[in-house]
Order: sequence, then structure tokens, then C-alpha cells
Amino acid sequence: MEAVTDFINALVLVLNFVVVPGLSYGSQLALGALGITLVFGILRFANFAHGDTMAFGTMVTILVTWWLQSKGVNLGPLPTALLALPAGILLTILLLVVTDKTVYRYYRHRRAVPVTFMIASMGVMFMTNGIVRFVIGPNDQRFDDGERFIVHARDFKDLSGLSEGLSIKVSQGLTIVIAIILVVLLFWFLQRTRTGKAMRAYSDNEDLALLSGVDPDRVVLVTWIIAAILATIAGTLYGLDKSFKPFTYLQLLLPMFAAAIVGGIGNPVGAILGGYVIAFSEVMVTYAYKKVFIYLLPQSLEPAGLLQLLSTDYKFAVSFVILVLVLLVRPTGILRGKVL
Amino acid sequence: MSNARKTLLAFAAIAVLLLIIGFAQSWNVSLGILNLCLISAVMALGVNMQWGYAGLLNVGVMGFAALGGVSAVLVSQAPVVEAWDASWGRLLIAAICFIATVAAALFCYRRLPRGRTRNLALTFTIVAGLALTRLFLDPAISSIEAIEPAKTGFLGGMGLPIILSWLFGGLIAAGIAWCIGKVALGLRADYLAIATLGISEIIIAVLKNEDWLTRGVKNVTGLSRPVPYEIDLQGSAWFIDFTRWLYGGTLANLDGDAQQQALKQFVIDGSSIFVKVCYTGLFAAVLLVVLLLSVRALNSPWGRMMRAIRDNEIAAGAMGKDVTRRHLEIFVIGSAVIGIAGAMLTTLDGQFTPTSYQPLRYTFLIWVMVIVGGSGNNMGSVLGGFLIWLVWIEAEPVGVWLMQVGTGWLDEGNVVRIHLIENAQHMRLFFMGLVLLLVLRFSPGGILPEVVRRRK
Repeated sequence: MEAVTDFINALVLVLNFVVVPGLSYGSQLALGALGITLVFGILRFANFAHGDTMAFGTMVTILVTWWLQSKGVNLGPLPTALLALPAGILLTILLLVVTDKTVYRYYRHRRAVPVTFMIASMGVMFMTNGIVRFVIGPNDQRFDDGERFIVHARDFKDLSGLSEGLSIKVSQGLTIVIAIILVVLLFWFLQRTRTGKAMRAYSDNEDLALLSGVDPDRVVLVTWIIAAILATIAGTLYGLDKSFKPFTYLQLLLPMFAAAIVGGIGNPVGAILGGYVIAFSEVMVTYAYKKVFIYLLPQSLEPAGLLQLLSTDYKFAVSFVILVLVLLVRPTGILRGKVL
Repeated sequence: MSNARKTLLAFAAIAVLLLIIGFAQSWNVSLGILNLCLISAVMALGVNMQWGYAGLLNVGVMGFAALGGVSAVLVSQAPVVEAWDASWGRLLIAAICFIATVAAALFCYRRLPRGRTRNLALTFTIVAGLALTRLFLDPAISSIEAIEPAKTGFLGGMGLPIILSWLFGGLIAAGIAWCIGKVALGLRADYLAIATLGISEIIIAVLKNEDWLTRGVKNVTGLSRPVPYEIDLQGSAWFIDFTRWLYGGTLANLDGDAQQQALKQFVIDGSSIFVKVCYTGLFAAVLLVVLLLSVRALNSPWGRMMRAIRDNEIAAGAMGKDVTRRHLEIFVIGSAVIGIAGAMLTTLDGQFTPTSYQPLRYTFLIWVMVIVGGSGNNMGSVLGGFLIWLVWIEAEPVGVWLMQVGTGWLDEGNVVRIHLIENAQHMRLFFMGLVLLLVLRFSPGGILPEVVRRRK
């Protein structure tokens, strides 16, 4: 009997520290990577400004959240930020559409090489980053409110009688639910609607799509709108889950790129898969397994070290190593995307 | 306007700006900016080699600059003898294990036929080898870090003059660049950009966390200098005599105590300016050497070949040029130049702080310098380095001043006004992005575009 309890305890431990954080972080990455992959598929460049687009959307959401909070508006157990999201999304759409009209459209019409787009996106990144820091400052901001936990560690322990607790934060539960809804909507849009089909056709073969009467400006516009929606929601969820700091969002660029490429760039399903692959490897490689093995192994075999493969500070290294491995072994990504 | 005249005009403008800063703010500030301008110019030259000559998109400038920075520590700090005594045996074994792992992995990769067996053998070799290495490395690390963690807690350096680190930094950066290039250069430009972005983050993570090597976030302060210390200058007879001679006119008008006081103040001010001038001389010498070599290289057959590869890889390949190899070559050389600049920067700062390396400042700002100055043109990169650094530094006071004037109609204590003035410094990021986009759009060649010579 004790062996069974120990096993369940180990399972709960892994669930609590690996599976739940991995799922929520993976969903955030997946939403971000979807934006990158769509922009890559339609506009054919790696968008360096995506991290800062996320920061911008989150910033607007935070400001509106604070305003709502000061008016005494709230959503009860859910964070007020959900109410503020539409405002954030709208302004981010505006930002992206304006940058497209003022920056990218010119190069698109001249059929510039992708590298030019990339350098232009660095300029956009600088400007967006400047705006965000100017408006909200470079420091940590908190804007979460409402209930903190769906499942509280102590309640779980009392209920189950186990010695390990399982806690699920509201932000984590929300992230997973919203990510599922968004992905379903996105795929419905891409597969079933006329505009979605036009986008896929344009991504697949630009010239052929143009010949068939697809309006390129419309396709590009819709792409930016979708990217803005995904980026703002991903950024806000990440901010609710951890905290908001402009610099962190810049650093998220690397795991998001890695997710998009690992899954197969230009392929939406791949971006989601890639997000979870990157998130789970980051969490799994940097988790200290000592306690798990204490439960699983007999006392005589108790491990001496922490059994941590890498310190948590090397998260970036993990996403990068996976990226390099995929590039070397299978450059098209797990699900065949475009070959860069 | 011809490029030569533009160059002259632009540098004259920068000189005037520096003079204005010297008179309006202080010569200390002006020389400080000039020194960083020189370092930025060297860094921009390195990026220009990779991007301007060969079209390689290196977004990991920060990483190579940090490698140069850590080399300043590894060269100049005195070795921590106790730490070596406590750990050298294990370190040696760990190093042997690591080298053996790499050799075995390479052997598997080269000799075994493609397929599942090779992948399995590779995975097994790497995992087992790294586990073995860590078995010896981990206790070595804890024994090193246990020795006076507040003061040392790391292996120290070689105790050599810090100026050698400029060379050493270039070599380290070149070595790492070779490893990265081997992996990433076969791919298209976009991948190289993302790969280098990742590598630079990893380099910074390693420098932050491997305390036994770099002291990590505890920083290494008080690095030695290639130039005299202010305090020594203030005590040396020749410097006091020199100052007396320099300010002879002013001093003659004063008498007794007042003269002594004035002389003392002149010596104190003069010493810090003298130190900065020494640095300026050293940095300018490095810049001139790098610039001279770059110009010679770009105009040589080798430079022509590089540009041919950049403009049309397939045609150059068909002419028998080994494209991947040439790319690797220039990637290594450019990174070495960035490494040299990074070592110079840490030498100037006198301390190594891994947390200060931020991609916007160390990667993307250098890119703005190259694009704005003129990619493919060496003088352009130098100009970009000077100009952008000047703007970057002076944008802060100017921005704050503008905000103060612009919000003058608001109350002194107005929340909006305070916020705007406090955050005005961040507007320089916005401004840099704007400059980059404007140049890219309306003058894609930059201020000094590449010179394309055509046979008449």
C-alpha cells in the first residue's frame, strides 16, 4: 500500500512542478509562435518585433486594467485583465496595421529580399520597445487580481490525504482554456472561411494565389490582425502567470522562434507542437528530480545530488540546443514547414 | 557629393559636436564619449565585415563582445592559487573527459553511416561523456567556489598585462565563432540570425552562472589598467610640473595659497583628462590598424571574391569559390574584431559585469551604426559608430530637456509631467528605431554608400 502512495505522491509532484507549468508556459509560447509562423508564412520574414508587439499589447491591457480597477470594476474570481483585453487587442491591431502601411508595404511592393524585412523589423522592434518603456517604464508591473488558485495545495492535501500538494493557479487554468479556444477558432477560420483559404493559398504559392484573384493587401491585413490578437492574448496571459517586464518579453523572442522553427515554420500546427516541445524540455531539463526519486526508490538508493540536469538559468540554452538539433537533423521542422 | 568630401564633412561635424560638448558640459564627458565612439567604431567594423562584405546576418554581437570582456578578466586578474591547488587535478580530468567526448562524438558523426545507429551512438556518447565530465567538474567547482566567496571564489586569471586581453579576446571570440559557423553557416540568412541571437543569450547565461570562471553576477571589479592611475599622476612630480607649465599664465596671476589651491585643482582635473587621452590614443591606434587592414582586405582580390559571393552565391559557387568556407572565414574574422572591441570596452570600464550586457545596446545598436553609416563601406561603419554613439548618449539629456520645455505649461508637480520627464530617456530607443527605418527606406546605402568600381 505504501508503495502505491509513494508512487502517487511522485506522480503528483511531477504533475505539480512539470506538467502544469509546462502546459501553461507551452500554451503561451504556442500562441506567440503562431503569430511568428503566420507572419513568416504570409509575409515571408522572421519578425524580430514580435516580442515587443506582445509587450505593447500587454502594456495597453495593463493600463486599462488599472483604470478599471480604480473604477471598482472587476470580474469576481477572474482577473480584471480579461475585461481590458479587447482594448489591448484593438490598439495592437492599430499598431501593426500602421507599421505595415508605413514600413513593410513599401518593401513588399518592391519585392525586397527577406533580410531587408528582417532589418526593418529590428527598427520596428526598437520603436515599439521605446514606446513601451516610455509609457510604462522598464520595471516589473503586477496587474493580477481576483482568485489566485483553482486548486490550492493545502486543500488538495486535505482532500486526498497525500503528502504532496497539487496547486493550479487561475492564470494557468485560464491560459490553457483560452489557448484551446483560440486555436480552435484559428483553425476553423483558416480551414473553413474564404479569407482563411485565401491566406493558406497565398502562403502556399503567392503567384498562383494572385492569379486566382486573391487580394494580397487583404490577406496581409488579416494576417497582421490575427498576429495582433494572438500576441496580445499570449502576452497578457504570460504577464498574469509571471509578471510584466518589457525586457522579459524581448527575451521571449528566442523560445518563440525556436518553437516556430522546431514545429516547422509557416505551419500553424507545427507552431503549437513546437511551443509545447520547447516549454516541456525547458521545464523538464531544469527541474530537480531529487524528491521524485526519493518517493520512487527504496531508502537505501536515495540520491545524493539534486538530480537537476541544468540550472534554471540555462532555459535559453535548452530551447536553443533543440533548435540547433532540429536544424541539423530535420531542417524543415517536425511537421514539414517551409525550408528556409 | 562625392564620398570623400562627405566623409570629411561628416567627421568635421562630429569633431565640432565633441568640441561643443567639451566647452558646454566638460572635457571629461567629451573625451569619455570619444573613447566609446572609438570602441563602437571598431565593433561596427567587425559587423560590417560580416554583413557588408559577405551578407552574413550576425545578431549575436553582444555574445562576442562579452567574450572579449571576459578575456580581460581571464588575462589580467591574478590567479587564485588556493583555488587552483584545491581543484587542478579534477579540472584536468574533467577537461580530458570533455575533449574525449567531443572527439568520440565527432568520430561517430564522421565514420558511422547515416541512420538510426549513428544517431543512437551519438546521443549515447554525448550523454555519457557529459555525465562523466560533470562527475569530476562538479566537485571541482564547489571546491573553487568555497574559497573566500566574498573576495574571490573563482579561478582568477593569468596575471598578465590587460592590454594582452585585446588580442586574447579576439582569439576567444574567433574560436567560438568558428564553432558556431561550422553549425549554422550552411543555412540561409534567417536561420543564422536566429541562431546567433540564441548563441549570444547562451554566452551571457554562461558568464552569469559559471561563478568559478567569471564570478558571475558577483562581478569582477578593479581590473588593472594599461594606463596610469589618476592618484599616481597627482603624486608624481613631472605631472605637476607639466600642469604648472600648461596653466602658467593663469597661475602667474594668483599668489601664495590661492596659487597652490588652483594648481591642486588643475592637477586633479588634468589627471583624469590625461588618463582619458591615454585611452583615446590606444583605442585610436587599434581602430586605425583594423581600419587599414579592412580597407586593404576589401580592395584585394579576396575582398572582391567576398562581394561576388555576397551578390550571387550561386554564380560565385559556379566559378569555383568555396562559399561555405569563405563565409566561415569572414564570420570568424568579423567576430574576432568584435571580441577585440569587447575587451577594450571592459578595460575602459575597469570592471566586468555580465548583467550589463543587453541585446538592444550591444547587438541592435551596433546594427543601427552599420546600416546608418553605410554597409559595405568601412569609413561608413566608423562614421556610423561615432555618430550613433554620440546621438545615443546625448539623446538622453536632450530628451529630458525637450520634455521639460514641452511640458512647461503643466504644473511643476503634475503627475503626467513628472512621468514624461522621468521616462524621457527611453525615447532614445524609439528615436534609434526611427533613424534606422528612415535610412533603410530613403537611403538604403547609408550615409556613405558602398563604392562600386566599374571598369570604363
